[in-house]
Amino acid sequence: MSKRIVKLMQGNEACVAGALAAGMKFFAGYPITPSTEIAEGSAEKLPEVGGKFIQMEDEIAGIAAAIGGSIAGFKSMTATSGPGFSLKQENIGYAALAEIPLVIVNVMRGGPSTGLPTSPGQGDVMQAMWGTHGDHPVIAISPQSVTEMYYETVRAFNLAEKYRTPVILMPDEVVGHMRERIEIPNADELEIFDRLKPVEGEDYIPYGVREGDLVPRMAGFGEGYRYHITGLFHDDMGFPTNSTVKAGVKINRLMAKITDNLEDLISYDEYLMDDAEIMIVAYGSTARTAKNAINKLRAEGIKVGMLRPITIWPYPVEATLARAKQVNKVLVVEHNLGQLMLEVERVVKSEAELHFLGRADGDVFVPSDIVKKVKEVL
Amino acid sequence: MSKSKEQLEIKINKNWCKGCGICIAFCPKKVLGFDDNGKVNMNDRENCIKCGQCELRCPDFAIFLGGIDNE
Amino acid sequence: MKNSELVSKYMRDSRLPHIWCPGCGHGIIMHSIIRAIENLGLDKDKVTIVSGIGCSSRAPGYMDFNTLHTTHGRALAFATGIKLAKPDMKVIVISGDGDASAIGGNHLIHAARRNIGITTIVFNNNIYGMTGGQYSPTTPHGDFGTTAPYGNIDRPFDIANLAAAAGATYAARTTAFHATQMTNYIQKAIAHEGFSLVEAISVCPTYYGRKNKKGSAVAMMNFLKESFVDVKAAERMTPEQLQGKFLMGEFKHNTQLPEYSAEYQKIVDRLRKE
Repeated sequence: MSKRIVKLMQGNEACVAGALAAGMKFFAGYPITPSTEIAEGSAEKLPEVGGKFIQMEDEIAGIAAAIGGSIAGFKSMTATSGPGFSLKQENIGYAALAEIPLVIVNVMRGGPSTGLPTSPGQGDVMQAMWGTHGDHPVIAISPQSVTEMYYETVRAFNLAEKYRTPVILMPDEVVGHMRERIEIPNADELEIFDRLKPVEGEDYIPYGVREGDLVPRMAGFGEGYRYHITGLFHDDMGFPTNSTVKAGVKINRLMAKITDNLEDLISYDEYLMDDAEIMIVAYGSTARTAKNAINKLRAEGIKVGMLRPITIWPYPVEATLARAKQVNKVLVVEHNLGQLMLEVERVVKSEAELHFLGRADGDVFVPSDIVKKVKEVL
Repeated sequence: MSKSKEQLEIKINKNWCKGCGICIAFCPKKVLGFDDNGKVNMNDRENCIKCGQCELRCPDFAIFLGGIDNE
Repeated sequence: MKNSELVSKYMRDSRLPHIWCPGCGHGIIMHSIIRAIENLGLDKDKVTIVSGIGCSSRAPGYMDFNTLHTTHGRALAFATGIKLAKPDMKVIVISGDGDASAIGGNHLIHAARRNIGITTIVFNNNIYGMTGGQYSPTTPHGDFGTTAPYGNIDRPFDIANLAAAAGATYAARTTAFHATQMTNYIQKAIAHEGFSLVEAISVCPTYYGRKNKKGSAVAMMNFLKESFVDVKAAERMTPEQLQGKFLMGEFKHNTQLPEYSAEYQKIVDRLRKE
């Protein structure tokens, strides 16, 4: 095995590097702070590998063209932030219903509205889940470091291709813009998943699931299978249907992509949880501050640990519940006024006393904020 | 499409005809009319000049010049 | 009953009859598109038809190509992704007047500006049909719609010239009555390397026609026949003769400007060589 390349890299740059390692061949987007470096990096690197980049006329066009690139058969990504994420919502639902693999990066800044464009936030957690209308499957991931940005971008592509669904990668601005050391893995160290193509010689049923497969096989346009893709509810051949029976089968199958595969989708990390009496739940850059706070508290003999969801949606319910039963208190720390907290509350119920520390003013937490809060709730 | 005019005749797919009357109105020889169900009917095959104006403007693909051996 | 050879070859005939109302001009335009494709001898696997939302946007579902029915107004943005990813694909966008020039207006001018090799056929029926007759950006001033109960105070777009001004290198307008000319223009548009647009004036007897007392589908087709004058013929007509007339014909045909996806491919090729 050849030696890994060690670099000082920015989070957004690591996203591009991870995307290319995952096989990204198409990027369409629109400039927006603090995600723009992802577009810039893609513009520079994609043509070098025979891929395509386009800066579209607006955010909506960015995701639409990216979906088009995916339908043409290429691994595709778009990147945005707050206001742009709002604008992309309709087509996120389109990709979910039409089952188009796509990675959407939303580098979270302070909101609402134009808000605090250059400041960090984690205020889009619920929007990732409920932002587009109607019930639909959601996979959302929040990395905490430059290295994790790289690996989670690879995982986002793999999940998008494997489950034929949009995957939202949502680092906060701190992770997007921080620079730190990263060891770039060699290509042979990464597991890369490519969407399954129709089986030659078989009749192609565009939205029919072959026995043993997770999702329908996907032919790219121009590969010799002429079929129809629509954002209307559709039958197995892809054609619009008003049948409530067919619509029910379809939506249940879409949702089951998530509910039947939780183990594969969910990723989380624990820190000093084995003897913990207090559990902090935090993610993204906030979790790094929390880790520092935990070290300080431990030095004082306070038994505090952390559960850090890396997959935000689907939320790691079982892991949280198991730990909630062990600890007395749960403290959710996030860079908003209580979003993932609602999910933790739903899961924890009366198993532990629930506390919350949040802010949405654009400033970051410092470890002493969390130390102070833990001592308050002791 | 390679057949000569003599081999062609007007065919009507009444299942698709919605009775808009466009083909009837723009038939230069006035050989078409409505049937009892309000759908297009070939009233005068003798005088049809097989010009294809009906097929050209039928919004429903319901009338066309087809090969005689079609049926 | 068998269908015409053209229908059997290019339509998903098991899905017909289509959903459009009796006398709707959209079927005539759809027929012209498959005639143009037949005349060009295109490989069906190498043709993608993309649409947005509205009456017109149901067309691709009936057509036996790679077909994509997208979100309202966004057909050109999806199509841009496909064309850039697969430059050898013939990409045709079918859009309505509202879809193309209201909610999708930004994508229209930018696709035209880039001169990307997409052919856009605008099925212009001067109204929002699918939602039941609201005024659109091409509803004439003074006409009625369900949302213009006192007469439309908006001024309409001239879509063909809007596209031409934005950079389209082929722009033409014709009508459902002039179906042979329409086939000819669509054929030229599809064969054209850069961004091409054909504004196909349709008729909507159900909503636009009824709201504005335009009579039957036949009456509306006669109106197209009488009211549209070729842009070249118009040059020789007096202002009095042109009173109440609309212009059709080819407004722009420039084969000199480079096509977008080919330009991008040059960058890829250059970098891959280095």
